[in-house]
Amino acid sequence: MTSAEATFEVSEGADGTKVLAVAGDWTIWTIGDVEDRLRRLPQMAGTQLDARDLRRLDTSGAFLIDRALRSGPDDRSDLEGRFKNAPASVRRLISVVRRASPVTSASAPVKSGLQEMIARVGRGSVDIWHEFLGTLSFIGEAMSTLVRLMARPQRIRWTSVTAVMEETGVDALPIISFLSFFIGLVIAFIGANLLAMFNASVFTVELVGIGMLREFGVVLTAILLAGRTDSAFTAQIGSMKMRQEIDAMRVMGLDPMEALVAPRLIALVIMTPLLAFAAALAGVAGGLMAAWLAMDISPSMFISRFRDVVPPQHFWTGIVKAPVFAIVVALVGCRQGLLVEGDVNSLGRRTTSSVVQSIFIVIALDAVFAVVYYFMDV
Amino acid sequence: MTSVSPSASISHPEQGPEREIAVRVRGLTNQFGSKIVHKDLDLDLVAGEVLGVIGGSGTGKSVLLRTIVGLNKPRAADIEVFGQRIDRLHRTSRVALERRWGVMFQDGALFSTLTVRENVMAPMREHTQLSRSLMSELADMKIGLAGLEPDTANRLPGDLSGGMRKRAALARALALDPDILFLDEPTAGLDPISAARFDQLIRSLSESLRLTVFLVTHDLDTLVATCDRVAVLNYGKVLAIGTLEEVRANPDPWIQEYFSGPRGRAAVG
Repeated sequence: MTSAEATFEVSEGADGTKVLAVAGDWTIWTIGDVEDRLRRLPQMAGTQLDARDLRRLDTSGAFLIDRALRSGPDDRSDLEGRFKNAPASVRRLISVVRRASPVTSASAPVKSGLQEMIARVGRGSVDIWHEFLGTLSFIGEAMSTLVRLMARPQRIRWTSVTAVMEETGVDALPIISFLSFFIGLVIAFIGANLLAMFNASVFTVELVGIGMLREFGVVLTAILLAGRTDSAFTAQIGSMKMRQEIDAMRVMGLDPMEALVAPRLIALVIMTPLLAFAAALAGVAGGLMAAWLAMDISPSMFISRFRDVVPPQHFWTGIVKAPVFAIVVALVGCRQGLLVEGDVNSLGRRTTSSVVQSIFIVIALDAVFAVVYYFMDV
Repeated sequence: MTSVSPSASISHPEQGPEREIAVRVRGLTNQFGSKIVHKDLDLDLVAGEVLGVIGGSGTGKSVLLRTIVGLNKPRAADIEVFGQRIDRLHRTSRVALERRWGVMFQDGALFSTLTVRENVMAPMREHTQLSRSLMSELADMKIGLAGLEPDTANRLPGDLSGGMRKRAALARALALDPDILFLDEPTAGLDPISAARFDQLIRSLSESLRLTVFLVTHDLDTLVATCDRVAVLNYGKVLAIGTLEEVRANPDPWIQEYFSGPRGRAAVG
């Protein structure tokens, strides 16, 4: 669209009244060039407007002309008599815009940096405490729901349970096995290099076996579930919350705890040990592969040594952690989902904190397990 | 392309004998799966008018709006906006055309991370080179134009009531001083008082800014209060188009039921 440049000129008539003559197009596309010069004009109170050569005008242009004619932002004086040469449409547009312009622009409140920082630290600390209490009460609520469901198992929604089992368990199997396989491979390579210095490369079997069965299999599974499943739980439940589906369930007398949280919890508690087992197996296979390729330890030798030096207690100490981690991932994901509010922002925030929280809790709990096992001497 | 700015041009004659067509739709066919929504639909939106589009649920009113603004790709259509085929435009001229319309979605579709003022400033920032302070002043003016209090400017859309969100969405649609305004159910979900005020607002804006308005609605009161012409969609076509009186005189049973039901009688008397 071709448009003429916006121009203006201030002249003084014989009787001393100033006249602002505007010409060309005054639209949002053209006013950028004149805005600065127009702002620098001296006091224009009482100035008349000459719009004889004005071609196009829109509300943005009208706003700028009106701003020039006003003595200040709170000037609401009558404009009639200020128009020297202006068609009715121009007068009307300028009056409309003057009425719409706010007297004082409500600017965003400014806070001092230090005050804001202290306030944030304070809010953050209180939030952590509330978060802790909230998580505890949510765990309590979930557990009491579970106990209630155990008393009446026909109320468990098995369709949802199996759907979640497939989604979080079966579908996650390939990725978890792959990752674990590579981790086993890496551990074996590192171990082989280090142990070869003491002529003890055959101890790679212990390293891989104990590491995978006790720690890596189950922790890797939990972290992967935290990234993959936990975020999905938060997003699913969170968008249901945003669309008021949770409210609809409540008013129908459906308990979201029973309908949404319990199936996810049950499914994860069943699937996580199985996934952890698969992960441990894949990790050991990775170690076996590395030992075979790099150290000439044949698979049969690896397996027979594995049987001799890795007692089954390592497997049990590892796998016992799986259901605990499953509870953490399921409950954190569901709780954060239920905390989502109406806007898109809170969905993003909750999904992030859900993943961060569950990974943090999983690793912290793993450390607790390690300490307890140490003192129990297992 | 110099004299086709009906709302902005002040030297333009009021409305000549042969009136300029802002949007011309010919042979529009839309089909989703096996469901045919529009079949060979023709429609003209005359520059400077407020056209109300009505029709039962599922007759494709919103789809028609989405098709004109290019959010929905039709199976077949010849759509001209200000004489330009929208499907044959280059990117740059397409953007130039998009600046000339403003769309207000049914639920507002305000960006939830931005304040109302920043929402209104968003299209200005993208398309103009104005200074930040001027954009902010202009945004405040548009917010006032849409009938909102000045302190609304700093609030987030999530904190607004439904009626205020609609007004904020209208302010954003007006941000670039469009020639055509597309409104999708502007008064749906508002209480009767807010709805009536919104109707007045649309009417006064269309008159003072010489806007061309394409308005999809279910609300009979809105039709009476704001529209110059009414188009009835049904059976995939425009069943009737004309002033409210002309459309009411149409013998089609759906139209008769629409206007002679208790709500219709209450609105049009």
